Amino acid sequence: MKQIKRKRDAAALNSRLIRRPIQRMVWLFLLPTFAAFCIGFLYPFLQGVFLSFCKFKVISQWDWVWFGNYIKAFSDSSFLHAFWFTALFAFVSVLFINTLAFAVAYALTQGIKGSNLFRTVFFMPNLIGGIVLGYIWSMIFDGILVKYNTSVVLNSKFGFWGLIILICWQQVGYMMIIYIAGLQAVPEDMLEAARIDGATRWQTLWKVTIPNMMSSFTICIFLTLTNGFKLFDQNLALTAGRPFLQQADGSVIKTTEMLALNIYNSFYSSSGNNRGTAQAKAVLFFVLVAAIGLIQLRSTRKKEVQQ
Amino acid sequence: MKKFLALILALVMALSLVACGGNSGAQGEGDGDAATGSVYYLNFKPEAEEAWQALAKTYTDQTGVPVKVVTAASGEYETMLVSEMDKDGAPTLFQCNEGGVATWGDFCYDLSDSAVYNELASKDYALKNADGEVISIAYCLETYGIIVNKALLEQAGHSLNEITDFDSLKAVADDIHARAGELGFDAFTSAGLDGSSSWRFSGHLANMPLFYEFRDDGVSSKPATIKGTYLDNYKKVWDLYITDSATTGAALLTATGDQAEAEFGEGKAVFYQNGTWEYSNLTEKFGMNPDDLTMIPIYCGVEGEEKAGLCTGTENYWSVNKNAKEEDIKATLDFLYWVVTSEEGTSMMAEQFGACPFNSSKAPSNPFSALANEYVANGCYPVTWAFNYTPAVNDWRAAVVDALSKYTAGDGSWDDVKTAFVEGWATQYANENA
Repeated sequence: MKQIKRKRDAAALNSRLIRRPIQRMVWLFLLPTFAAFCIGFLYPFLQGVFLSFCKFKVISQWDWVWFGNYIKAFSDSSFLHAFWFTALFAFVSVLFINTLAFAVAYALTQGIKGSNLFRTVFFMPNLIGGIVLGYIWSMIFDGILVKYNTSVVLNSKFGFWGLIILICWQQVGYMMIIYIAGLQAVPEDMLEAARIDGATRWQTLWKVTIPNMMSSFTICIFLTLTNGFKLFDQNLALTAGRPFLQQADGSVIKTTEMLALNIYNSFYSSSGNNRGTAQAKAVLFFVLVAAIGLIQLRSTRKKEVQQ
Repeated sequence: MKKFLALILALVMALSLVACGGNSGAQGEGDGDAATGSVYYLNFKPEAEEAWQALAKTYTDQTGVPVKVVTAASGEYETMLVSEMDKDGAPTLFQCNEGGVATWGDFCYDLSDSAVYNELASKDYALKNADGEVISIAYCLETYGIIVNKALLEQAGHSLNEITDFDSLKAVADDIHARAGELGFDAFTSAGLDGSSSWRFSGHLANMPLFYEFRDDGVSSKPATIKGTYLDNYKKVWDLYITDSATTGAALLTATGDQAEAEFGEGKAVFYQNGTWEYSNLTEKFGMNPDDLTMIPIYCGVEGEEKAGLCTGTENYWSVNKNAKEEDIKATLDFLYWVVTSEEGTSMMAEQFGACPFNSSKAPSNPFSALANEYVANGCYPVTWAFNYTPAVNDWRAAVVDALSKYTAGDGSWDDVKTAFVEGWATQYANENA
């Protein structure tokens, strides 16, 4: 009786009178987002790809140079250095962030008192912007290092580990939330069965809990890996690529400069002559990050358990 | 409840559409009246933002010509110019100094026939391109050197007359530094290498070796290579700055410009390398007695430097955008002429920028500007701003600062500074002309 009444109510959301026109007008509802996507992403992206084949100073005036920019990008030793530095950074940061985040998530699902408070506190660094974080941490690091008459911008190793500490501090909380969700989704009956079968905690963790939350690992590793590759603000604010390695010919290799910062620096270098090269680097960067992301998704997806 | 939800959703959608529409409508603003043209000034000195806005308003009130002033955040001028120049309403007035010619020279309108160019007291204050076109005009002259707190100097038992060259400067500074604990102040303010302060050394102090080298070699245009003949003198001064100071070693890497300014303003140091633009901060913000302040040349141990004057020059140049609409170019030139000739314009310029190189410019109240002329009147040679020739200036300076940082913290050798200075110059010159 109630259902019939609802169907007749023309204003109800699930009424056909409302649903049909909505379904017919799907494109209209998609339009604002799609337009924003085109204006904010698709168009700049295509223009960027186009410009990577041009020499330009401002983007409205360009000369077509074919693959000249790509050749320059590949022969730029600072770009190659930035690539290896970034790869190393991404690898180490994925390892640290995920280990720490999982450990914290595991600890905070054991029913410790005040775990909600801990969760909030651990998550909070994620709310601070990268530039601010970079400056805050550079003050912290330098505050300590100055006692040993050195600084985070004087030693590549300090710069590297400084960035790792910073990124862990920022991202562990975020990944922790995802892991907590995963941990809570592990079916209680499986855990109970494991307990009854006499599995130790360690065995339960490895044989039951982790296999059942592989989807959390997929998403966390994907996020940390791509974040590692795309890192920019923190890099700019903490080290800005310093210390430089002075080459005999007068050029410098910025030893803690990551890919995104390298692209930015060559685009805005004060000679203004490298904008095309920077654009080519950016296209290469996109291909690289997309490829790595896809490969990683595919390989961890295979390990996911369908419940 | 569902009705309410549906209503909210519909409202949100309607609003988002309106917002989209509203945006596209607003873009037409600022283009001004097509018949009279308008001015869009991209200013690169955040400290002068308020004064420019006020002046623009006065001009609009008087003539009805819209003047839009947009100021780039500190250090973001170049980035902003790159994106603004692409827009339909690009800046009609921007700054293009020696360092910007390589990138922006092609955008500069030929000012040779303009009224504002004719107002220049000396045509040396304009930049020309290879074709002899006047591409930009200097609008203020700045002077820097070592600012001295005379009261503290006397308190330490020394006087200004003692200091005539590098050795005498060093003797005084060493003595004050040695007795710093007992005196309660040190010789030099911290020579901070943080980005807010490092330009004082990678730019202004680096001018000394560049100036003397170019003078010896008769260089009068941007050289492709330099020799670094006077780098040892640069080292001498730098060593003095980082030794006779309360802050030394790696702590200097994070020392900021504000820190040095405060040290001087609060009477914790006698010497402070900086320029005319600091005067109002020192007297107003820190309430220093103007009579206690003076400025001496940066002595670096070059022969005959007893006759050196202060470093006077400018990196502030106006250029008019060649690609702007004709009426906008005209409006911009009219505005500039008004700025350098009218009562309101010249007062603001004198107050904000000190000495200005135009016929009707007012004498600045800032005594540092007058000091520069005094030195020249006493037969001293003026030290020009040779560092304006620096190729790809930000990149070159970044490398010099990095090498200087390592040297200062004891992690690197002076040779790296030399490489960054000399070979770095050639590299950046090649980059710029690639």
